[in-house]
Amino acid sequence: MTTKLLSLVFLLFTVFAFSQNVTVKGTVLDRVTGQPLPGVNILVKNTSKGASTDFDGNFTIPDVAINSTLVFTYLGYKEQEFIVTSSNQINISLVEDTESLDEVVVIGYGTQKKKEITGAVAVVSSETIENLKPTRIEQALQGQVAGVNITSQSGSPGAPATISIRGVSTNGDNRPLILVDGNVIEDLSVINPNDIETLNVLKDATAGIYGVRAANGVILITTKTGKRNRPLSVEINTYGGFQQTTRKIPLLNATEYALLVNEAFAANGEDAVFSDVSGLGQGTDWQDEVFQNAAQYNVNATISGGKEKSSYAYGTSFLSQDGIVGGGKSNFSRITQRLNYSLDFLENFKLNSGLIFTHTNKKNLAENGLGSVLFNALNMAPTFSVRDENGAYTIAEGLGNEVINPLAQVDNTFNRTFVDKIAGNVSLSYSFLKNFTVQANYQFNYAQVESNVFNPIAFFGSGKVFNRDRNEVVINNNIFRDYTFDAFLKYEKKFNDTHNVSVLVGTSVFKTEGFLSGFVGFDIPGNTVENATLDQAGELQNIYPNGNAQFDARLLSYFTRLQYDYKGKYLISAVLRRDGSTKFGPENKFGIFPSASAGWILSEENFLNDSEVVNFLKLRASYGILGNDRIPDFRFVSLLNGEGTYVIDDEIIFGTAIGALSNPEIKWEKQKTFDIGLDAKFFNNQIDVTVDYYEKRTEDLLIVPQVSGILGVSAPGSSPPVVNAGIVENKGLEFSIGYSKVVNDDFNYNIRFNIATLDNNVVEVSADGDFLSGGSFGVGQDPPSRMEEGFPIGYFRGFKTNGIFQNQAEVDAYPTINDAVQPGDLRFVDINNDGVIDDNDRTDIGNPLPTATMGLNFSFEYKNFDFGAYAFASVGNDLVRNYERNQPLTNRSVYYLDRWTGEGSSNNFPRATSGANSNGLFSDFYVEDGSYIRLQNVQLGYSLSDKFLENSKISKLRFYVSASNLLTLTEYRGYDPTIFSTTNQDGTPASAIGSGIDYGFYPTPKTFLLGMNLKF
Amino acid sequence: MKLTRIKYTVFALLIFLSCSDDFVDVDSQDQNSEDFFNSEEDYQSALIAAYDLLQSTYLNVMLGEIASDNTLAGGESAIDVPGIQEIDDMIHTPVNQQLRDIWGWMYSGVNRANYIMEFQNNIEFTGKEGVLAQTRFLRAYYYFELVKWFGDVPFVVDQRILFGDQFEIPRTPKSEIYAQMELDLIYAADNLPYVQSETGRVTKGAAQALLGKVYLYQEKFPEAATVLQDLINNGPYDLISDYSTMFENDNENNIESVFEVQYTDQEGAGFGCLQCSEGNVAVGFNGIRNYTGPDFDSGFSFNVPTQEVVDEFENGDMRLETAILDIDAWAAETGATFSTGFEHTGYYNRKYIARDGDANTGDANLTNPNNYRSIRFADVLLMAAEALNRGGINDMLAQQYLNRVRERAFGNSDNNVSATGSALTTAIYHERRVELVGEGHHFFDLVRTGRAANEIDGFQAGKHEVFPIPAIEIQLAGNQWEQNPGY
Repeated sequence: MTTKLLSLVFLLFTVFAFSQNVTVKGTVLDRVTGQPLPGVNILVKNTSKGASTDFDGNFTIPDVAINSTLVFTYLGYKEQEFIVTSSNQINISLVEDTESLDEVVVIGYGTQKKKEITGAVAVVSSETIENLKPTRIEQALQGQVAGVNITSQSGSPGAPATISIRGVSTNGDNRPLILVDGNVIEDLSVINPNDIETLNVLKDATAGIYGVRAANGVILITTKTGKRNRPLSVEINTYGGFQQTTRKIPLLNATEYALLVNEAFAANGEDAVFSDVSGLGQGTDWQDEVFQNAAQYNVNATISGGKEKSSYAYGTSFLSQDGIVGGGKSNFSRITQRLNYSLDFLENFKLNSGLIFTHTNKKNLAENGLGSVLFNALNMAPTFSVRDENGAYTIAEGLGNEVINPLAQVDNTFNRTFVDKIAGNVSLSYSFLKNFTVQANYQFNYAQVESNVFNPIAFFGSGKVFNRDRNEVVINNNIFRDYTFDAFLKYEKKFNDTHNVSVLVGTSVFKTEGFLSGFVGFDIPGNTVENATLDQAGELQNIYPNGNAQFDARLLSYFTRLQYDYKGKYLISAVLRRDGSTKFGPENKFGIFPSASAGWILSEENFLNDSEVVNFLKLRASYGILGNDRIPDFRFVSLLNGEGTYVIDDEIIFGTAIGALSNPEIKWEKQKTFDIGLDAKFFNNQIDVTVDYYEKRTEDLLIVPQVSGILGVSAPGSSPPVVNAGIVENKGLEFSIGYSKVVNDDFNYNIRFNIATLDNNVVEVSADGDFLSGGSFGVGQDPPSRMEEGFPIGYFRGFKTNGIFQNQAEVDAYPTINDAVQPGDLRFVDINNDGVIDDNDRTDIGNPLPTATMGLNFSFEYKNFDFGAYAFASVGNDLVRNYERNQPLTNRSVYYLDRWTGEGSSNNFPRATSGANSNGLFSDFYVEDGSYIRLQNVQLGYSLSDKFLENSKISKLRFYVSASNLLTLTEYRGYDPTIFSTTNQDGTPASAIGSGIDYGFYPTPKTFLLGMNLKF
Repeated sequence: MKLTRIKYTVFALLIFLSCSDDFVDVDSQDQNSEDFFNSEEDYQSALIAAYDLLQSTYLNVMLGEIASDNTLAGGESAIDVPGIQEIDDMIHTPVNQQLRDIWGWMYSGVNRANYIMEFQNNIEFTGKEGVLAQTRFLRAYYYFELVKWFGDVPFVVDQRILFGDQFEIPRTPKSEIYAQMELDLIYAADNLPYVQSETGRVTKGAAQALLGKVYLYQEKFPEAATVLQDLINNGPYDLISDYSTMFENDNENNIESVFEVQYTDQEGAGFGCLQCSEGNVAVGFNGIRNYTGPDFDSGFSFNVPTQEVVDEFENGDMRLETAILDIDAWAAETGATFSTGFEHTGYYNRKYIARDGDANTGDANLTNPNNYRSIRFADVLLMAAEALNRGGINDMLAQQYLNRVRERAFGNSDNNVSATGSALTTAIYHERRVELVGEGHHFFDLVRTGRAANEIDGFQAGKHEVFPIPAIEIQLAGNQWEQNPGY
C-alpha cells in the first residue's frame, strides 16, 4: 500500500515536474537584415502544439513544458531548434537558406522540392543575379550553370547573346525555349535582371514536359513577387560607371607601316610609296580615335509587401548604356515597369498575376563585318590624319573599296530601334476534394518594334562602297503578339504515409502573330536626320510591295505527368506530351514526346542515414525524346512568296514566283537525350557536388541542305527545302562543386567551381551533298565552315600550312597552288599527295566549339564587407582572324614585323608584297586558338552596420564597387575571344556553320561601377 | 453553391479549351503554287518572274568575255573570286562557284517558264498566245545558255522540276534540246509582234534573231540565213548611225536593239543575293578601280581587255574608242584618278563599265542601270553574213551585210570587204570580234567555229569547249551524270 502510495506520489511528482509549464514569448528575426519575420511556423517537437509569428515577428505559446524543443520553420530559411529552459523572452534569428534542399523549384506546370528532382535542373538564384549586375540576363548564366554556354554576338550595348545548352545540335535554331512566368520570351533584353527571382535551366529530358519546343533545353524564369504577411518594403538599387575596351590590337605605327608598305611594293618591283619615312613618327592611332570611355547607369526601385491573403510587388527601372565605340551613337536604354499581384479569394481559390511593360531604345553602328567601324580602324593607314586642313574628315584614298575613315563613318550613321512591349500573365488555381487542383494560366506578349535608319548622302573616297548619292530613310513598323493558354488538373495524394503520387493532365495552346510593314523614303530635304521622316521624303517605296507581311504560327498540346515516390527515397517521374504545330504538314502535324526519370536518395537509406560525412546523396537518371519545330512557317507547302521582279517600260514590275522549295514530309526533329547524375552534400552540407553525364543524339535534324540547282532553288526569293536529314551527337560531362564555410559570426566564405566538357560530332548529313557550308572569309572566297560527317558542326576547312618557302629550290620541289608562288610565301600541304594543291587538299583546320568550359566563383563576407569574384574559361575553341583587309596600303598588326624577309628569317609569317600571291587563301595561318580565361566580375561591398541604421527606417544600406571583364588571359590576337557567333557579312543571322569567324568583333567592354543597395 | 459554380466554370473552361486539332490548321497568307493561274493577271505576273532571271545572265556575259582572249579576270588580287580567275587561266575545275551560279540561275529561269507552261491550259483568255510565246522564248534563252556553257544538260519541258525529280532526269543530248529551242522560238516568232507596246518585252524580232543564232550554233546555215534574212528584210531594225552612243544609258532599247536585258537603279541590292539585283552587276564588277573623275563611276576592275584585242582593231576603226577605255590616256586628258587592280592592262571594257549619273542606290556597285544589249542588229547582220558565206549560199549578200557594219565603223566605204569564200569567213570572224567585243560572245564564237584552241592560252581541244558541270551538282543529283570529258 505504502509502495502504491509512494508510487502515486512519485508519479504525481513526476507529472508535476514535467508539467512545469511556461508561456514562451519571443521574436523571430532575419539574421542578416534584422527584419522581423512574420508567419514563421513554430512547433513544439513531438506535440501538435504550435503557433506562428505575427506581423512583427512576435509569437506566444502558452503552456510549454520546460526542456521541450521548439522547431522554427520558415520557407527559404534554415530550420532552427530551441530548447525551452525558462519563460524568458527568446529571440530567434533565422538564416536564409539559398541552397536549401527544401527549396522549391519550378519545373514546368508546377513546382517540386529540389531534393526530389530527378532531372538535370540548374538554379540560378536572384542573389547571383544581384551580385553580377548584368545588363542582360544571359550574363548571369555565363559560367554559373555547367553546360550552359553563353557567347556574345557583340559587345555593343544591347547586343544579344547566344545561349546554348549542352552543345550545338543543329545548324538551324539552337536557342532554348525561354519562359518568363510561363510567357514565351525570345528577346531577353526587354527583361530587367533585377526583377528576377529565380532562373532555372532544364538541361535534360525533364524538359520533355515542353514537348516539341524542348530539344534545345528550357529556361524558366520567375519574377519577384511580394511575400505574404510582410509590411511594405522598398528597395532601391542603383549603379553608375564607365566602360572601356578590354583590348586594343597592337598595330603598326606610321613609320613601321610606311617601311612595310615600301618593302611590299619593292617586292613587286614597284616604286616606294613613301619616299621619306623620317617625318612620319607615330601617326594616327585609329583605335584611340574610335574607342572611348562610355557611361553606363541604372536605377531600379521595387516596392513589395503582402497581407495574409494577398501580396504585391511593383518594380521600375531605367538603364542607359553607351557604346565604347561611337558613344551615344551606339546606345541602349531601357525603361521597365513591372507589377505582380496575388490574391487568395478563398483558401482554395487563388489568383496570381503579373504585368511587365518595357520600352527600349537602341542605336548601333556597323559592327562585326567588312566595313564595320572597328574593321576600318584596324585597316586605316596611320599616315592619314583624322581631319584635313579644312577640318573635314580625311578621305581614305587608296585603301581599297571597303576601308573608310571610321570617324566619318560614325558621323554618318543614324539609326534607332524602339521596342514597346507589354507582357502579362494571369493564373487562377482552385483546389477541391482535398487532392485536386485545377489551374488555368493565360500569358500574352504584345510588342511594337519601330526602326528608323537614315542614310545620308556621303562621300568617303573614290569607289568606296559606302558612298551614297541619294539619301534615304528606312522605317519599319512591326507588331508582334502572342498568347499562351495553359489549363491543367493535378491530383496529389499520399497513401499510407509512404506512397506519394502526383498526376498532372493538361493542355496548352500557343499562338503567335506578326504584322510587318515598312517604307523607304528617298530624297530627304537638307540631307539631315531631323528631316528624315516619310512625309518629307521626295519618293516613297514600300518594302513589302506584295503586301505580304504577316505570320501566324500555333501550337496545340496535351500533356500528362506522373510522379511517384516511395517514402521520399525512390522517385520516378514520367511525362508524355502530344504537340501539334502549324510548322508541319497534315501528315506530320502531331508528335508524341515521352520522357522519364528516376532518382534514388541514398542518404535516406539506413547505411548512410547516420553518416557524418555524407549529408545528402542522390542518384538520378533520365531519358526522353524531345522535339524541335524551330523552322520557318509553311515549309511543307509550295507558296508564291518568291521574288520575281523585272523592269518593263523602265519601271520595276513585281511578278509572282514560287518561294522556297517545299517538302510536305518535314516533321519535328527528334532529340534522344540521356542523362545520369548525382547530387551530394558532405560535411555538414558545407560541400555540395553535382555531376552529370549526358548524351544527346539529335536525329531527323531539320536542316536546309544543298539541293540540286536544276530545282531552281537559287532563284530570287527561293531556297532549298527544309528536310529531316542528319544526326548530330553532343556528349559531355558536367561537374560542379561548392564549398561554403561559416567560420564565425564575422566571417564566412564560399567557393564554387564548375566544368563542362563537350564532344560534338556530326554523325550523318544525309542530304545529298554530304555537307553544308557557310560563313565567309576574305573577299570572294569559298565558304570556310562546314557541317560534315565525322567532324564537329561548323569546323573550319582550309589549307594546312607547313611553314614558309625559304628559297626557290623549296618552291620548285613542292607542289604550289599556282605559278606565282615565290620564296617567302606560305607552303600549303599537299594533303592527298597527288602533286597538285587544289580543293581536295582543303582539310579540317579548326573547331569553333570549346572542348571544355569552366566557371569559378569565390566570395566572402567579413564583418560588414562582402567580396565576390567570378571567372569563366573556355578551352579548345578556335577562331578565324578575318579582320585584315590585306590590301597593299591597309595597316597591319605588329605581328607583321616578324615577317619573312629572306631565307631563314621567319617560318611563320609570309613576306610582304603588293603583288599577286596566294597567302590570303583560307589556311591555318588565319586560325588561332581562342581559348581564354576571363575574370568576369570582381566586387567589393560594404554594408552599414545595424547599429548605424538602428534609428532609421533603413534596414539595409550597402555600397559597392564592381569591375567586369577586368582581365582576360588568351593567346588570341583579336579583340575578344569570348565572341563566337555573329551576323554574316550580308547581315543575316549567323548559324552554327560560320561561327567563330572574327570580322573585327566589337569587344565586350571592361566596366567599372559604383553602386548602392538600399532597403527600407 | 458558389463554390460549385466556380468549379463547374473552371471545368467548362478546361473542356472548352481542349480545342480540337484544327486549331493548328492555318492557311498561309501567300497563295499556294498549285492553285494559281486563274486569271490573265496571274499568267502575266508569273511571266514577269520568268523574265527576272535574265538579269542574272550578267555573269554569263562577264565570264564569257573573261574566258575568251579578249579580257583578263582582273579584280583586286590573284585570289579575288577564284572561280573567275581560274576560268580566265583555263585552269577551272568542277569546283567553281560561278559555274554553279550560272547552272542554278539558268535552271531557275527554265523552271519559272515551265511553271507557266505546266498550267498553260488552266484558263483561256485573249492574248494567251502572246504570253506563252514570251514564255517559250525565255525558256529557249535559258536553255541556250545552258547548252552553250555545259553541252548536254538535264532537260524538262512544260513541267517544273520538283523535289525528288532531280535524281531521275538524265543529261539529254544537246541536239534534242536545240530541237525544242527551235520549236519554242518558231512559236514565239509566229505569235509575237515586231513591236510590243511595252519596252523590254520579247518581240518577234528577238525570237527570230535567237532562232537564227540557235541554227548557226548547229551550223544549220540555210535555216539560219532564211530566218535572219526575213528579220533583216521585214523587221523594224536598223544600225544606229553613231556607234559611240550605243551603250549609253540614254540610248537604251534603240532601233538597233533586237533584244535587250532590262536593268534599273531603282532598287537596292546586296552581295548576299546578286541574282536578286535589278541592276547590272557585271557593270560594277567591270568598273574602274577607285575612280574619281568625269563620266564614269568606280568599280572592281574585273574583265580588263588585253593589248591583243586592242591591236585587233584596224586603223580608223572608230569603234575602238567606244569599246575600250585607255585609262592612262583618259586620266592624262581629264585629270581623273584611279588605282590599279590585279592584271592591270591599262584598258577597261568601256561598253559595260559603271557610268556617272545613275542613282547609285546601295550597294552602288551592284545597281548599275545599264541594259545589256543581248542581240544587236549588227550581230544579226553578221550572223546572216556568216550563214550565207559558210553555208555557201550567197557571198555577195554576205559581203553586203558585213560591209553595212563596217561602213558604220569607219564612217566610209573605203574599208569594205570584197573577199569571198574562206577569206570572207575570216573577215566576218574578225568583224564579229571587234564589233561585239565586251559583249560576252567571243568565247562561244571561237568554240563553235573550232578556233578556240589556237586563240586562247591554255585551251585544250576536246575539253574546254564546254565547262564542267559543278561536281557538287552531279553529286546532288545522285551521281547519275557523267562529267564532261577532261574534267
